[in-house]
Amino acid sequence: MSDISPHGFPFRHLLGIEGLSASDITEILDLSDQYVTQNRQVDKKRSLLGGRTQINLFFETSTRTRTSFELAGKRLGADVINMTATASAIKKGETLIDTAATLNAMHPDVLVVRHPHSGAVALLSQKMDCSVINAGDGSHEHPTQALLDALTIRRRLGHLHGLTVAICGDILHSRVARSNIMLLNIMGAHVRAIAPPTLLPGAMDRMGVEVFHDMAEGLRDVDIVMMLRLQNERMNGAYVPSTREYYHFFGLDQAKLAMAKPEALIMHPGPMNRGVEIDSELADDINRSVIREQVEMGVAVRMAVLDLLSRQASNQPPVGPEGAVL
Amino acid sequence: MSATAYINARLIDPASGLDASGALLTEGGLIAQLGPELFDGGVPDGVTVVDCAGRVLCPGLIDMRVFVGEPGAEHKETLASASQAAAAGGVTCIIVQPNTDPVIDEVALVEYIKRQARDKAVVRIHPMAAITKGLRGEKMAELGLLAQADAVAFTDADRAVANAQVMRRVLSYASAFNLLICHYPEEPALAGDGVMNAGEVAMRLGLPGIPTQAETIMVERDLRLVEMTGGRYHAACLSTAQAIEALALGKARGLPVSAAAAVHSFALNESAVGEYRTFAKTAPPLRSEADRQAVVAGLADGTIDVICSCHDPQDVESKRLPFELAATGIIGLETMLPLALELYHNGAIGLSDLLAKMTSRPAQLLGLRGGKLSPGAPADLLIFDPDKPWRIDEDGFRSKAKNTPYHDRPVQGRPWRTIVDGKVIYADPESGD
Repeated sequence: MSDISPHGFPFRHLLGIEGLSASDITEILDLSDQYVTQNRQVDKKRSLLGGRTQINLFFETSTRTRTSFELAGKRLGADVINMTATASAIKKGETLIDTAATLNAMHPDVLVVRHPHSGAVALLSQKMDCSVINAGDGSHEHPTQALLDALTIRRRLGHLHGLTVAICGDILHSRVARSNIMLLNIMGAHVRAIAPPTLLPGAMDRMGVEVFHDMAEGLRDVDIVMMLRLQNERMNGAYVPSTREYYHFFGLDQAKLAMAKPEALIMHPGPMNRGVEIDSELADDINRSVIREQVEMGVAVRMAVLDLLSRQASNQPPVGPEGAVL
Repeated sequence: MSATAYINARLIDPASGLDASGALLTEGGLIAQLGPELFDGGVPDGVTVVDCAGRVLCPGLIDMRVFVGEPGAEHKETLASASQAAAAGGVTCIIVQPNTDPVIDEVALVEYIKRQARDKAVVRIHPMAAITKGLRGEKMAELGLLAQADAVAFTDADRAVANAQVMRRVLSYASAFNLLICHYPEEPALAGDGVMNAGEVAMRLGLPGIPTQAETIMVERDLRLVEMTGGRYHAACLSTAQAIEALALGKARGLPVSAAAAVHSFALNESAVGEYRTFAKTAPPLRSEADRQAVVAGLADGTIDVICSCHDPQDVESKRLPFELAATGIIGLETMLPLALELYHNGAIGLSDLLAKMTSRPAQLLGLRGGKLSPGAPADLLIFDPDKPWRIDEDGFRSKAKNTPYHDRPVQGRPWRTIVDGKVIYADPESGD
């Protein structure tokens, strides 16, 4: 097929980690490494996506992910616009499909979407002629977060295969956890899930992870500690009794971290609840915490994804039935 | 009086156990005579003759659980369009659910449905009325008066009566009138904001799940309340192995209980949700393969009395949404017969036993005159070829809605004639005669 790129990355959209192979992921990470280097130079700008339009469509508030995608697009030379849909608009059922049809008529080349409902980005992609990138859909997937986490780990430790990674916190509601579990499994890492049972999905064991309810036990000899954010409204007795109790048993502090390997790294997708899921000093410990590095890797990974997907897009304008250029 | 002789038929009457070649005579709107030897001496003059060519002739199907948009959502389905869909599916009697707008919880509204049905529908339509006012699960509707107005049973449609005290009093009060309480068994707090079966598929898709225990707990609670009150209880649609097991135990204890299963609970499992396919969003949700097999076993061993379509028409705007926001429901009137026949073709259930679950059993539970082949009964009949292969085609549906997950599914068995009150209301356009 002619639309398969010479580099072998065969996808038009990035809707999730599910469906990617180890070599697809490696290709993204290898290219990301080049963009890390480029981003550290004074002149960061390229013209690879010159003339192309990128729309960031966010149905949920987000600062860092949206900014990261915006920066990635601009550094590659694309025209980037941001659209934030209000919460009330989402509730009107037909808005999503209508929005897709409207945006599609403007001929964007790439659409970056975040939506509070699982599967909404995939639904939208069915109505779009351009590439669609999932920037987080409900509790489903957040693929670029998993990729940037993988890049951060690989640059620090050199590889992913054989590492033991503990993912701690609200796994039930976390799209970051789902994408990371899938990616780490594909790349041959061992994944542990540490959380109270109320914050774990029922069929967790079938995702190829080892489940722990005791933080000290779960962190024993791990290479990576990945903390997740716990939403405030879930700590008022609905899922855990209180913030105080949660921090006591599941917050990351020096004592619990001592169970991990001495050089174990701490990660967090942000934004952090200091004193709830992570001790403030630990979060800032430059020897252990790679939280800032994750943000840097985020821009590079998103540039790599934009780059790879743009190779799938035809540079020919779409042609109508009578040969007329549409 | 017009008389029609249906000859060369395979007569199947689940109520009497008849399964034999023979003929049936209708006079006016009633069945006059039937049997293997009828017309051995020839058909008398003046009688119209219909040669069934060996096809099955059985009572017209009765569908106990049909959602129609009238009143309130006529753009999705009207009583008229639902009745056309029923006719095409071999269904001669549909029991409509009360979760309309307004809710059928008053005598005047029961009268309204009956009047609309009489004037506009080609099949029989009987309403179920609400158990509680406004389906709110708080205050009993006027069960006795509604029954007098011909509400055939009571249900809060797609909602459960969560409050055990309310349900206890409903069952207790209804027992005085021998009314049937038809309950959607799902513990609402446990189902929570779930949108599909809890399990591996839901977890992978990041969708909140409804655990099977939500159904089991409600059925087990209800059985205790039946034991306490003596009310007649019907589980509107069972979908889980544990709840079926619980119901079987209740029956073994001699409780006046029965149950139905929706076609989708044995024709599909949760994997049909695939990648957020909203046409596979149903109530009760599509369950695991083990639960699906338990539904088949429950139908085969008689624990589940009735097969219902759960016909629930939705327009495109209600379905083309993110899965969590999409409406539940699939249409089923036109696909119930061939999908149920899959159980016969794959050897799970005999043909007469299968038809009983869509004819005589619902008629007995609801106290209807139809559902059987006997002289004096209404001439509501279905003639079908149980083997005829075809593909389900949403474009061929008479329902106003198209929300079916079965499009393109190869099936066997198709109505040839549907007859209500002795009149042919549907003839298979593909049969060529």
